[in-house]
Formats: sequence, structure tokens, C-alpha cells
Amino acid sequence: MATNLKTENRRLSRRLTIVAIGMFGFAFALVPFYNQICAALGINSIEQAAEAVNTQVDTSRTVTIELDSNAHNLPWRFKPLVAELKVHPGELAMVEYEIVNVREAPVTGQAVPSYGPQNAGEYFKKIECFCFTHQTLAPGETRRMPVVFVVDPKLPKHVNTIAVSYTFFEVAGRGGKG
Amino acid sequence: MSAVVHDHDHPHGHGHDHAHGHDHHHGPYGGVMRWITTTNHKDIGTLYLWFSFIMFSIGGLMAVGIRLELFSPGLQVMDPDFFNQLTTMHGLIMVFGAIMPVFVGFANWQIPMMIGAPDMAFARLNNWSFWLLPFAAALLVLSFFMPGGAPGVGWTLYAPLTVQMGIGMDLTIFAVHILGMSSILGSINIITTILNMRAPGMTLMKMPLFVWTWLITAYLLVAAMPVLAGAVTMTLTDRHFGTTFFNAAGGGDPVLYQHIFWFFGHPEVYIIALPGFGVISQVIPAFSRKPLFGYASMVYATAAIAIISFIVWAHHMYTVGMPVTGQLFFMYATMLVAVPTGVKVFNWVATMWKGSLTFETPMLFALGFLFMFTLGGFTGLVLAIVPIDIQMHDTYYVVAHFHYVMVAGALFAAFAGVYFWLPKWTGRMYNETLGQIHFWLTLIFFNMIFFVQHFLGMAGMPRRIPDYHPMFELWNKISSLGAFGMGLAQLLFLYIVVKTIRSGEPAPQRPWEGADSLEWTHLPTPPPYHTFETQPVIK
Repeated sequence: MATNLKTENRRLSRRLTIVAIGMFGFAFALVPFYNQICAALGINSIEQAAEAVNTQVDTSRTVTIELDSNAHNLPWRFKPLVAELKVHPGELAMVEYEIVNVREAPVTGQAVPSYGPQNAGEYFKKIECFCFTHQTLAPGETRRMPVVFVVDPKLPKHVNTIAVSYTFFEVAGRGGKG
Repeated sequence: MSAVVHDHDHPHGHGHDHAHGHDHHHGPYGGVMRWITTTNHKDIGTLYLWFSFIMFSIGGLMAVGIRLELFSPGLQVMDPDFFNQLTTMHGLIMVFGAIMPVFVGFANWQIPMMIGAPDMAFARLNNWSFWLLPFAAALLVLSFFMPGGAPGVGWTLYAPLTVQMGIGMDLTIFAVHILGMSSILGSINIITTILNMRAPGMTLMKMPLFVWTWLITAYLLVAAMPVLAGAVTMTLTDRHFGTTFFNAAGGGDPVLYQHIFWFFGHPEVYIIALPGFGVISQVIPAFSRKPLFGYASMVYATAAIAIISFIVWAHHMYTVGMPVTGQLFFMYATMLVAVPTGVKVFNWVATMWKGSLTFETPMLFALGFLFMFTLGGFTGLVLAIVPIDIQMHDTYYVVAHFHYVMVAGALFAAFAGVYFWLPKWTGRMYNETLGQIHFWLTLIFFNMIFFVQHFLGMAGMPRRIPDYHPMFELWNKISSLGAFGMGLAQLLFLYIVVKTIRSGEPAPQRPWEGADSLEWTHLPTPPPYHTFETQPVIK
């Protein structure tokens, strides 16, 4: 009976240990799971390319786009060529950013957009953007990068200005290898 | 330790292999080695209880520091960095160092005695589970002395701040790993003990409710703690090994951290609360001299709370920008928690209905629990409503809410349990007058601290900020004075416990006539070092 109990106890503890280890793995499984959910529901849409659709240009409205740029702990000079521009909703527009790597080594960075007001992001449709991919710059390299976008005519009426801010982060551990 | 009633006919049911063989005087080793090497569930329970009291004092001192700074607007006592470190460490130490271990202490002392088992299933492992804790606590406290100090990121350890903190953050991550390891091992032990080592005839549905709540809590711990370990491991590799789980630059997402953390964090809330529910479910029937009303529904309600706890996590993060459908789902799921919790509160009240009530200190704390915890539950319902939560998010209203459930819930339940079982554990009676004074001081000062914080939160005072607008000054002064008073009142608690151990009146076997679980009916007071080596047969 005593040995029986011991075997029973060991068997139960083994099973519970497996559950615990499984739950540790589950935490990591949540990472791709959330990415899938976000992709499926389009929640992280500000970082995804939009389809160019045939839209009516709404010339009755003019929206001011203010451009801002930051480099977070990066040895890069990063600025838009124009500080602001005016567009009509539905109109295809392009802006250019210039970026200079001032470090004596290649650096890889990734730009993350943010918008003011925050929920204007879903109406700022980017057809082409340097923020979709990692950017690797050789030492001293200067690069001009475009953003092609359309402001969705469904933009709420009270929004007349959208501030678009890109922040470049260094992609750690890549050492400029793309 | 000599009059061991159940010690004469050695059965084969030893759940552990102690070195003494089968002699009749199994006393412990003397001196400090007794405590380091002990595999006895009562010794380990005592260790857990004292450890949690020490951590409670440290965490309490930090709270006093926080309230000292908030006594007046502006910065007086400390710089904001240190303030952030105090709020972070206060939370971590109280949750992982004080509240969780105190209930593991109760579990160690009570579960074997309540189910008629000789000891825990894995006695050596039990020793190890405890002795991991002081090292984790040391890491947490040491992080204050690292360059950059302790992490000042809040107890939730949110990315991306955690990825930027100094070396103190690494110590905290390792401390969380060790604490998690300790909890998981302890839980495996508790589940095995409860499922395999019950006395003959002690069916699951005859177990005292305290044992039931711990069985369910232990399952929650096994399922939730590894997820926290995973989250802080990702933080660690983000910090040092070039991964980008939470770093937007590498395609990661800080919001992902919040999802993973709260997948652990909400079950954690019930990990803290459920054993307290168990204690209350022992105390209220004892002082009502009636069996617990609706025993089976209590068991099912506990299980329901545990299951629902895994589908409500995102109510902690309504403001991250999730879709309205998601907010609605989590809002309704959160409100669903109120149903089984309501069943519990109803049953406790119904147990008292037409009972022969007396109001000794354990019962006072249980009643304090009932009122204050229910109030905390109601503010929880308020916060579950998305549009209100978006207003209240990160204000003092939230601070008030969770202190009503954590302090007036878990801590009051722990006090009720200590006063309830202290006569059994020590063989001596505490001083009833002093106990009641301790209760009233704690109750009054607690409400002085936290009731006014509802007003502050509704007026818009943000939490975790060392400075505030002068218009908040009055309520903050009252709150701070309450905190100083509550801290002093706990010195009285320490005095009561020490005095009981040293010179309390000898207690009878069953000091509470309404208490009817095995430790009262089958064991002398204090219980011998080894109990139930011959398991009792339950009819």
C-alpha cells in the first residue's frame, strides 16, 4: 500500500509537471497566435500596405498632413523633405524622407508610424512605405525614401489635420545585416 | 511532543521517509538545523507564515514610504525614480512575498490535518519549495542596491520599459522565475496530497471547503505561473539576446506583453482570493454554529470562478486600442464572474441566518472581509464597464478597488485564519481583547487609506505619480494618516502573536464549539509533531 501510494503520487506529480511545462510553452505559442489574430482581424493595420482602390477625390475638403520624424537611439539623421502638405481625401499623394547614417558601421533600423489623432491611422492608407521593411544603411549612406498614401474619404468630418510621425528604432542584434 | 495519541500502531501509510525510523519520540532536530532541514508540514507551514509576515512588513514599510511622499503635493521625501521603485516593489513583494506564501502556510498546516493525512505527499520537495523563497526575496530587495536601483516599471513589469531598465530588472526577472518555481512545486505537492492522501471515507465532497479552494487554487497556479515565467523570459531575451518579442523595431509588440501577462495576471487574482474564501468558509460556520449553507454550490462556484478567470484578462487593458467586439466580450465575461462570487457571498450570509452568532476576533475579521470584499467586488463591476473603465483607467479608483479585494479580501481572511487556528497551532489562546482592538484599528485605518481613494480616482488623480494637483491634498492627507495608523496597528498584531506563543493561556482541544473539521475533533491542542500516522476513518 505504501509503495502503491508512492507510485501514484509520483505519477500524478509527473503529469502535473508536464502541464506546467506545457503552459510555459503555451506562453510562447501566444506570440504567433496573436500575430495571426491581428492579421486576420486587421487590427494592426497601420503597419500594413493598403490596396490602391479607385476612389472619388473629395475636392470639397482639404486635409493638412503634418510630417514628423524621430530616430530613437540611432546614429541617423532622419527628416521629411517637406514639413507639411495639403491633400484632398481620395487623392494619391507622395512625400519623401531623407535619412543619413552617420555611424562608421552599417546599421539596420525599422520605422514605426504613429498618428495624431490616434484613430486617424486607419484612414491614412499607405500604398508604399519604407516602414514596411527593415532598412539597412551602409556607413555614411544617404537615402531618400517615399511614402505613397491616400487619405480615405471616410475620414471623419471634424478631422482637418493629421500628424504623421515616424520613429526609427535600431533592430538590435542584427549589426546591419538586414 | 510526548503524548502522541495516534502514534502507537504504525501503519504503512507514511507519505515521507523521515530519518528517525520507527521510534516513538520523533521530535525535531534542535536549533536552526530543525528549520533548514525540516520536512514536517507543520514546521514548513510555520516557516511560510513567518516569511510572509516579514515580507508583509517590508512591503508595508514601502507603502508607508509611498504615502509619506503623497502626504503633500510636490516632491518632498524622495525623487520620482525611487517612488516608482517603491510602488513596483511594494506590489511584487505583497503579491508574491506576503499574500501567496501566507496561504501556502495555511495549506501546509491545515490540509494534512483536515483530510487526515500524515504529511504532505512530497515532504522533501515541500522543504525545497519553501527555501527557494528567501533567495527570491533577497534578489528582489538586492535590486535596490544595483546601479539604477530596483525596476520602477510597476509590478506588472510592462514592456517596453522593462526592456530599458538597468540590472535590477534582471534580478527581478530571476526572482520571479524562482518564485514561480516555488509556487508550481508547492501546488503539485498540494494537488497530490489532496487527491491521493485523504483518510478513508473522506470523499472529495466531504472535504472542508478550505481544502477545496486550495485544490482549485493549486490547479490555477500550475496553469498560470508558467505563463508568467514565459513572459519574463521573453523580456529577458529581449534585453540580452537580441530577440524582439516586445520591441516594435523588430516586429514585436509591447501590447503582446500585456496580453501574456494578464493571461497569468487575472487567474493570479483568484489565486490570491480563493484560499481566503476557503478560510472564511471555515470561520463563518464555526462562529454561526451552523454547517456551511450550500456546500456543493460553494464548490461549484469556486470552480466556476477559476474557469472564468482565464477568459477575462483583457479587462485590464481596455485602453490599448482593441476592437469594440473584444471590449464587449471581455466586459460581459468579467460581469459573469459576479455570478459565482455572488453565490458565495449569499451562502456566507445564509450560513449566518438564524445562527447562534458570537463575535470573537476571527469572526470579526470574517465579517470585515465580507463587507469590504463585497464592496471591492462592486467597484470591480463598475470598472468592468468599458466606457467607465476608460475614464477610470490608471486612476486611484483602480488602486482603491484592488486594495479592497487584496487587503480587505485576502489579508483580512489571512488574519481571520491566524486568529482562528493560532490556538490549535500553538496550544495557547491569544488575548481576545487585544485581538479585537487589532481588528477595529485595522478596519478603521484600512478604510481611511482606501475609501477616500475612490474620491481621488473619480476626481481624476492618476496612480503611480509622486506628485499631484493641490486640489487632491485633503483626501491624500487622510489616506496617508490612515496608512501610518495601519502600519502601527500591525505591530500590535506581532505583539499579540508573540505573546500568545510565549505566555498565552493554554487552549482546549476545541476552543471554538462550532468548529468541526478533523483538526478540532480528532487532534489534541497543540497537535503532536506527527499526526494521523494512522488515518482516521470518516463515516
